[in-house]
Amino acid sequence: MIALLARDMRLAVRAGGGFGLGLAFFLIVVVLVPFGVGPQSALLSKIAPGILWLGALLACLLSLDRIFALDHEDGSLDLLATSPLPMEGIVSVKALAHWLTTGLPLVLAAPVLGVLLNLPGPGFGWLVLSLALGTPALSVIGTFGAALTVGLKRGGLLLSLLVLPLYVPTLIFGAEVARRGAEGMAPGTPLALLAGITCGTIALLPFASAAVLKVNLR
Amino acid sequence: MSLNALWEYANPKKFIETTDRVLPWIAWGSAITLAAGLVWGFFFTPDDYKQGSTVKIIYLHVPSALMAINAWLMMLVTSLVWIVRRHHVSALAARAAAPVGMVMTLIALATGALWGQPMWGTWWAWDPRLTSFLILFLFYLGYIALWEAIENDDTAADLTSILCLVGSVFALLSRYAVNFWNQGLHQGASLSLDKEENVADVFWYPLLVAMAGFVLLFVALVLVRTRTEIRARRMRALEARERMQA
Repeated sequence: MIALLARDMRLAVRAGGGFGLGLAFFLIVVVLVPFGVGPQSALLSKIAPGILWLGALLACLLSLDRIFALDHEDGSLDLLATSPLPMEGIVSVKALAHWLTTGLPLVLAAPVLGVLLNLPGPGFGWLVLSLALGTPALSVIGTFGAALTVGLKRGGLLLSLLVLPLYVPTLIFGAEVARRGAEGMAPGTPLALLAGITCGTIALLPFASAAVLKVNLR
Repeated sequence: MSLNALWEYANPKKFIETTDRVLPWIAWGSAITLAAGLVWGFFFTPDDYKQGSTVKIIYLHVPSALMAINAWLMMLVTSLVWIVRRHHVSALAARAAAPVGMVMTLIALATGALWGQPMWGTWWAWDPRLTSFLILFLFYLGYIALWEAIENDDTAADLTSILCLVGSVFALLSRYAVNFWNQGLHQGASLSLDKEENVADVFWYPLLVAMAGFVLLFVALVLVRTRTEIRARRMRALEARERMQA
């Protein structure tokens, strides 16, 4: 499993610049928002937590189809499926690799982009914490979506249609933590719920993803 | 009839034969109860003292919302049956129910908007119930899109049924998440059986008839669509056989 993780990480970092793409997308979304809503800093600081969460979510979504597509094309996915590793383990490692190469950089970049959007001072810590807690759920859910659409010719749009509704609870609780943190309220409750969703998805969804992947490789 | 006898209807031939006999009754029953409930509701009930005649949209709004949720529940059950026992009729029934449920969701949203405009002064509010219905609509959309996208029937049935299971959990999560996220404008439940204060009987009885009509309508539509799916599949099999022989 560790070898697979290392391989996926190496591929993501080296091949074709997919690694930085999500980050660049995140940056561009955040830069475009003030053009859309105007440069008033009061308004920007009010919507900053939501925009940052939404941007991170979309950046995550953008890189989902890479989780399985390349491996499926060159046949290494079939090879992995016949290896002694259980399918649940494979999808978990894939999700972890996706999070390390996409989610984690987004979490680290978020505070910098928060400065651009004039995020209030107390919000930074909560924003980073909520993203760090929430993005693993995004990766795991996204892996399920990617496993669903792996064999399809034009799976990209369908993938977004399937995955985005599943992102709703994570987004609600995550953005709520960041918003409450930024406004100086106690973010304990949504934080606990967000952590619950993340733990639940990590524990249960790999089984669904593995089942779906088995069907698709049949 | 023991419970085991239920599985007989998983045989497509038996299913078609039985529904041949039952379907006209259900269809006519639905037409009659719907007509009775709606005519009774629209013309023979008084106006509400606060809402005026707009209250009458309840006879479309509530039953369609009821069916929108129950259609998904039915899809959940039939998906489970497909995963566990692999009866093709079950998977096809889930496929047949999805568009009907989606239209019911749309009807509920549209009638709600029509009622909300004069009553709340807005077509749309980000109220938990409204929002979760919109999310339910998106789930239907994704489910149908996945069915359409996959060519192999069995693969499609497998993938969509798993999506239905996962989607149900997330739909439920979203329902309570939006509750947390925003306070409601929509009135609470007023049709519960265990509550003291409910909707008045004058409105309740025609509503009950209209709900029965919608249930029958849903059953009839799903049966018709399932039969169509079975026959379409049988035709494809026959065509394939013909090509083999040619």
